Amino acid sequence: MEVMAAKMIGAGLACIALVGAGIGIGNVFGSYLSGALRNPGAAATQTTNLLLGFALCEATGLFGLVIALLILFAF
Amino acid sequence: MNLNPMEQFAVKPILGLDKPLFEIAGHPIYFTNQALLMVIVVAVSSLFLSLAVKPNRLVPTRGQSMAEMSYEFVSNMIHSATGEDGLKFFPFVFTLFIFVLCCNFFGMVPGSFTVTSQIAVTFALAALVILMVIVVGFMKHGIGFLKLFVPHAPWYLLILLIPIEVISFLTRPISLSVRLFANMLAGHTMLAVFGGFVVALGSAGVWAPLAIAPMLLIVAIMLLELLVAFLQAYVFAILTCIYLNEALHLHDHH
Repeated sequence: MEVMAAKMIGAGLACIALVGAGIGIGNVFGSYLSGALRNPGAAATQTTNLLLGFALCEATGLFGLVIALLILFAF
Repeated sequence: MNLNPMEQFAVKPILGLDKPLFEIAGHPIYFTNQALLMVIVVAVSSLFLSLAVKPNRLVPTRGQSMAEMSYEFVSNMIHSATGEDGLKFFPFVFTLFIFVLCCNFFGMVPGSFTVTSQIAVTFALAALVILMVIVVGFMKHGIGFLKLFVPHAPWYLLILLIPIEVISFLTRPISLSVRLFANMLAGHTMLAVFGGFVVALGSAGVWAPLAIAPMLLIVAIMLLELLVAFLQAYVFAILTCIYLNEALHLHDHH
């Protein structure tokens, strides 16, 4: 198999990281929603943690993107 | 027509200045589009923040209110994440937050260059943050700063936990920089790819009216990107505050 074809396959496989990112982000927002619907008064105090948790989950998905770009353009 | 979505990230000398400005150790330093954007960001943000509070009225004008609200926003963030003695790092965190926020926002202008989509820039910022955390930790606690890597656990777990803690500390600059870089890169690449779809559909003759669909999608993605720009700046700043909190108060919970 030539190198360019293998690179494309590798970059495509790196996108499997998005599965984890999707599950994680859904989990974060789902927990926030179920907690906020039980205790609406305390919901506002947790928005900081919500946004922080969302960004950290998103970051792991984006690490997959970085690996894909590394495979495609740096090797 | 060149529809390469990655071309927007090319750093090149601008204004026809093909000659380098000066040389450092044999490397020529040009005035690039990235340097121009950084100059614009620093000039606009510092001019706005200093001139808007000039009137100094008790009932603030709109500009003064915006400057004061951003000040209060960052101050509350530091106070909640780092506590009272974190406020002496306010200039550092505020500068970081405003710089990343304005770089992200100025990159949303069509045709301009996103400074934070370069790993060199974001890694420099993240390395600065971690260096600051390490220096502050050693200055405040001396060699006792290394107790940060020793959580409260029985000795047989510590053998496993200490290397894990050290490794997770050492990957902080990487995760901090890559988070910001990859978010900006992915957003702008998505916009460029959909822009290519609009052009391709629009020049297909019969199917030209269908080009409105990717255009609407681009509008929606622009809104998302504006939110992401603000969110990534906020996350960068609050992670800085959290790391500073760990350096200042090692494992105390207040």
